[in-house]
Amino acid sequence: MALRTLATRKTLGAFSTFPQQLRGLQTFTLPDLAYDYGALEPAISGDIMQLHHQKHHQTYITNYNKALEQLDDAIAKGDASTAVKLQSAIKFNGGGHVNHSIFWKNLAPTKEGGGEPPHGSLGWAIDQSYGSVEKLIAKMNAEGAAVQGSGWVWLAVDKELKRLVVETTANQDPLVTKGPSLVPLIGIDVWEHAYYLQYKNVRPDYLKNIWKVINWKYASEIYEKECP
Amino acid sequence: MSWSSSNYLCLSSSSSVTQFSRCKLPCESEGQRGKCQDLNRATNISAYNSLKPPSFKLDKGQRRNDHVLKKPRNISAYYSLKPPPYKFDALEPYMSKRTLEVHWGEHHRGYVESLNKYLGKDDILYGYTLDELIRVTYNNGNPLPEYNVWNHDFFWESMQPGGGNLPILGLLEQIEKDFGSFSNFREEFIETALTLFGSGWVWLVLKRNEKRLAIATTTNAVTPLVWDDIPLLSLDMWEHSYYLDYKNDKARYVNVFMDHLVSWNAALARMARAQSFVNLGEPKIPVA
Repeated sequence: MALRTLATRKTLGAFSTFPQQLRGLQTFTLPDLAYDYGALEPAISGDIMQLHHQKHHQTYITNYNKALEQLDDAIAKGDASTAVKLQSAIKFNGGGHVNHSIFWKNLAPTKEGGGEPPHGSLGWAIDQSYGSVEKLIAKMNAEGAAVQGSGWVWLAVDKELKRLVVETTANQDPLVTKGPSLVPLIGIDVWEHAYYLQYKNVRPDYLKNIWKVINWKYASEIYEKECP
Repeated sequence: MSWSSSNYLCLSSSSSVTQFSRCKLPCESEGQRGKCQDLNRATNISAYNSLKPPSFKLDKGQRRNDHVLKKPRNISAYYSLKPPPYKFDALEPYMSKRTLEVHWGEHHRGYVESLNKYLGKDDILYGYTLDELIRVTYNNGNPLPEYNVWNHDFFWESMQPGGGNLPILGLLEQIEKDFGSFSNFREEFIETALTLFGSGWVWLVLKRNEKRLAIATTTNAVTPLVWDDIPLLSLDMWEHSYYLDYKNDKARYVNVFMDHLVSWNAALARMARAQSFVNLGEPKIPVA
């Protein structure tokens, strides 16, 4: 079944556990996937899934934990400049962790409903805002292909305005940086590491194929929670 | 026939070729108008024959503005894809042939083609060299990815088979002066490369104003040219440049670059050229 990978790295040294337990600093661990690495073939190869999960996501988590510890120290000591300096590392690594955690839930093997178009209120909302699911997919693919360098493309719901939006973010910026009331429904990683081994530089092909394993059920659940 | 329509071309020192001012004929001053008319008609503008005045009547088959150089209607390509100065498998085992084939053959080629397509649509940018184009289209730090073309040309030339080791001569001296020691520089370069977030480049630049070497990073397709600094070396930290060979092991890639790929000869040549623009302190005989 889903592989339990590297053990949780709660401690980064014997000395640091003590103050951690005192202050209650919560560290993060790599979440498991609900499916095997190879279950998303041929849309995304097992190699990519394994590397992406075990190496990239784990690195974000490790570095995020490290940055959090340093931030904790800096705040306790009242060291404002260090605290501010760490913000970019926190945004990058923390964002990476948040984004990828959503991403794993956004994917599902075809056998378990991956690729099946949304029904219910989300499907209806998509038809209303974009005309059809195909048109939404085309729009997201166009925006995803146009992202320069590394980033993400999102389908989100604005929980204040009760509206669907398509957004892109750069690097590992989480979606909230584009709007505090945006809740991500579907996020697609367009960093090169997400597709390079299989699709090389042809990002449009990757975007076309990933829709075959997108888990619309999860997206519908989130949408129904935000817009009952 | 009025005097003003006379077709005499007067070449005085103050008039340009295109200005046609009437010169006084010798017969005019004598007030013999009749004689002048004959003279006018008969005179061939023989003295000034080489400069044909513009005729407002076009000859048969002649088109207006024929003498003006016509701009070709379909400009197909501005820039060409320059191959790296070594064979694709020359950088093995540090950078595989496959990486070069995909990185140069598909990414770089794609950038050149998009650049040409884009320029084909926009006449305003016609006539710039690639360097100037980059500066002009900086777009506040968000240039189009096509401007990666310059970066990639520079990158291929920053590497060589059998590269690495230490820089020599004046470049080594300058590095030691600005970074303390070569190993300090190497460490700083590697650390900078590893802490770069997202896609970007790491550069060794010669800063014009501060007259010293420095390590700079840029995101996406930006180049240090826009800050008027002179780049000496570059390292592509976009994932596509190392993913096929090293997967996510950036540290190994950067170390291998420093140890085996970097072309100090190229950097030395560039620095020698840069010294004609930047005076690096005490006057001395040029580096190379």
